[in-house]
Amino acid sequence: MNKLAIKWTIILAAIFGAVALLWPSYEWYSKTPQEREKLEASGDRPKRILNLGLDLRGGSSLLLELDVSKLSGKESLNDSMQRAIEIVRNRIDQYGVGEIPITRQGEKWISVQLPGIANPEQAEALIGKTAMLEFRIVKEDDASKEALNKLNEMDNPFNSDGTLTEEAAKLVPAGVTVMKDKQGFLVALTDTADVTGADLEDARVTTGEYGYPAVSFQFNGEGAKKFGHLTGSNLKKDLAIVLDNTVQSAPTINSRITRDGQITGQFTMDEARQLAIVLRAGALPAPVNIIEKRIIGPGLGEDSIRSGVKASLVGFVFIVLFMSIYYRFSGVISSIALLLNLVFLLALMAYFSATLTLPGIAGIILSLAMAVDANVLILERMREEKDKGQPLPIIIKEGYDKAWSAIFDSNLTTWIASLLLFQFGTGPVKGFALTLTLGLFVGVFTSVFVTRAIYDLLLTANPKEISI
Amino acid sequence: MSYFKMLPKTNIDFIGLRKIFFVISGIMMIACLLSVIFKGMNYGIDFTGGTVVKVQFENNIDIKDIRSALGQANVSADIQTFIGRNSFAIKVKGSQDSVNEVSHNIESALKTTNVPFSIEQTDFVGPTVGSFLAKKALMAFVLALAAMVIYIGFRFQNIIWGAMAVAALFHDVFLTIGVFSIMQLEVDLVIVAALLTIAGFSVNDTIVIFDRVRENIGLHPKWGIKELLNASVNETLSRTIITSVTVIAATAILYFMGGEVLNNFSFAILIGLISGTYSTMVLVPGLVYQWTKGGNYSVGAPADAPVAAAAESKPEAKKKSSYKRKPRKSSAK
Repeated sequence: MNKLAIKWTIILAAIFGAVALLWPSYEWYSKTPQEREKLEASGDRPKRILNLGLDLRGGSSLLLELDVSKLSGKESLNDSMQRAIEIVRNRIDQYGVGEIPITRQGEKWISVQLPGIANPEQAEALIGKTAMLEFRIVKEDDASKEALNKLNEMDNPFNSDGTLTEEAAKLVPAGVTVMKDKQGFLVALTDTADVTGADLEDARVTTGEYGYPAVSFQFNGEGAKKFGHLTGSNLKKDLAIVLDNTVQSAPTINSRITRDGQITGQFTMDEARQLAIVLRAGALPAPVNIIEKRIIGPGLGEDSIRSGVKASLVGFVFIVLFMSIYYRFSGVISSIALLLNLVFLLALMAYFSATLTLPGIAGIILSLAMAVDANVLILERMREEKDKGQPLPIIIKEGYDKAWSAIFDSNLTTWIASLLLFQFGTGPVKGFALTLTLGLFVGVFTSVFVTRAIYDLLLTANPKEISI
Repeated sequence: MSYFKMLPKTNIDFIGLRKIFFVISGIMMIACLLSVIFKGMNYGIDFTGGTVVKVQFENNIDIKDIRSALGQANVSADIQTFIGRNSFAIKVKGSQDSVNEVSHNIESALKTTNVPFSIEQTDFVGPTVGSFLAKKALMAFVLALAAMVIYIGFRFQNIIWGAMAVAALFHDVFLTIGVFSIMQLEVDLVIVAALLTIAGFSVNDTIVIFDRVRENIGLHPKWGIKELLNASVNETLSRTIITSVTVIAATAILYFMGGEVLNNFSFAILIGLISGTYSTMVLVPGLVYQWTKGGNYSVGAPADAPVAAAAESKPEAKKKSSYKRKPRKSSAK
């Protein structure tokens, strides 16, 4: 094969590859939103497709922060984060909304993207529950009762997370702690919890006394042993079931219990269901706080896509027309290259399952601008050579040769910068850098390699002139 | 005339005019600086933290009614209106610990207006997020700038060229920041992406001129720096204008047609592109001249530079390097 044939093989392979990569995205986005929702829920969403960011399609996103000051210190931050992400994922999966991107950001942040969840506050409540389930014995000795009286006189003896304030803790005897129950009454409890939610095997919604929804749970082997010991040695005392530092209920222990138990606490059906979910999914290693939340209504997302796409198309058509009128036939060749540029770039993004956001569009604009510039540089050089009266093959060759160093240096400079932005940036900066990094690469390929191949192909027919 | 030409061959003495441009740019920079200092920036909740609720009312409603409804609920908020539809963005900036409290307050306050509405968008940003993201963005930006200075310095054999390219970049980015301050347009994280775009375009533009200077030094070894710079800017003038017109027009279309979401973003890029074109044509050559009048303006790629390796075919590349000389020194005038 000669050189030209090799070049064209590469180009045609790239075009076929791009079309193949873009096909799943095309198919996906030509479905109705209802069909997509159904497929998403059943987990049949194609993997390698172009995603639209929430700023472009609507949906909600949450940024969670793990409260590292409340970590037990037994495991490393990385392990805790991994566990927290796993647990958040488990909890949302129970919701059945399909695949949801949950990623770690920075040191202690977790980003959760919730496309199409109608009521994000429900999801928030689900995610935000620490779900720290503990079983403690209620203290009813005189010293504890006295402490309760003293605390009742205080305005608010609790921190926002339900633990005692430093001042209040001083009033409580050793080995005892105090928590609120659901009605706000104070309860004195043992200050250690031997049995926790970590020992649970399963949790389900059932009906408790008086027909209130309740949550039944089962311990695993280890948990059953511990629970049996706790209940066996505290017969006739009250057992407090504590969830996230609030006493849910405190039934009296009538007999030794091992495997099965039930939490009652006048739950609504929704509360009981959520509690069962979080107990099944496990407790978070530390509380998480929502530090950022963005909800974009589907209407606004659609509007912004529609006008954004329309404006981009008009802008693109303008560039193509301008180039074709100003540089005539060569301008048409450049326009083909620009079109391929866009196709290749989108195909690469689909391959990486990248998410297109507004900053990402900024990156595409810059890379397209630089591709236009590369074409203009080459064409202006060709005109210079034409003015010198050179023959056509020389015009084309010199045009590329002389323009190359400027194209190379400007693209490489920007590429180095965008790699650094990608490496060290977060959020929007990263989104910008990703499309730019890919876009520059594609831009040089189409505006230098592809256009040159087109000229070379045309030259084989020995034309007298190509309008530039 | 065998083809369209936007410009005839020009021979403008850009270097001779440099002081005028220094003054113009100086005034603009000072105006921007004063505005940034005294008027400050209108930071969005991305940076300040806070809550924004964007609502669309079904019927016409007076902004006064919204304001009084919010006032009665003790919500002190900025209200932004969107022209052409009954849409309002209600913003409460500042640190807020509770995720839903403010948005709930706003919602229930708006219900008292008795005009049905739907919520298009709710944003809550906690106090720590914005400053963290801004810090990270700034760090990445500084690293990227340093890398560009080093690369340009290496490719053009003189760190001054890298420094001047970055000076032009600062000029363009800061002018955009200044305009946003003067017009009190909101700066959010998307604007940061726009500023990065401006920086990229600015450097690209500058390098094209530098490249031409590098080439002309090889072609005309007898020329002084002033002739070199003037010739290079004039020779690349049609390219600069065609590229800029194309890209600026396309961005303007995005600005006018792209809708609310793209509005501020494309406006920032538009200012930056215009400034970038200006600084490339007149400011950078002037600055380089001012800096190198002493005589140290060695430019040129070493023969074994990546140009040769990356060029399309070896023989061509070798021939090419013949007009790209080793760095040399020569004095001005």
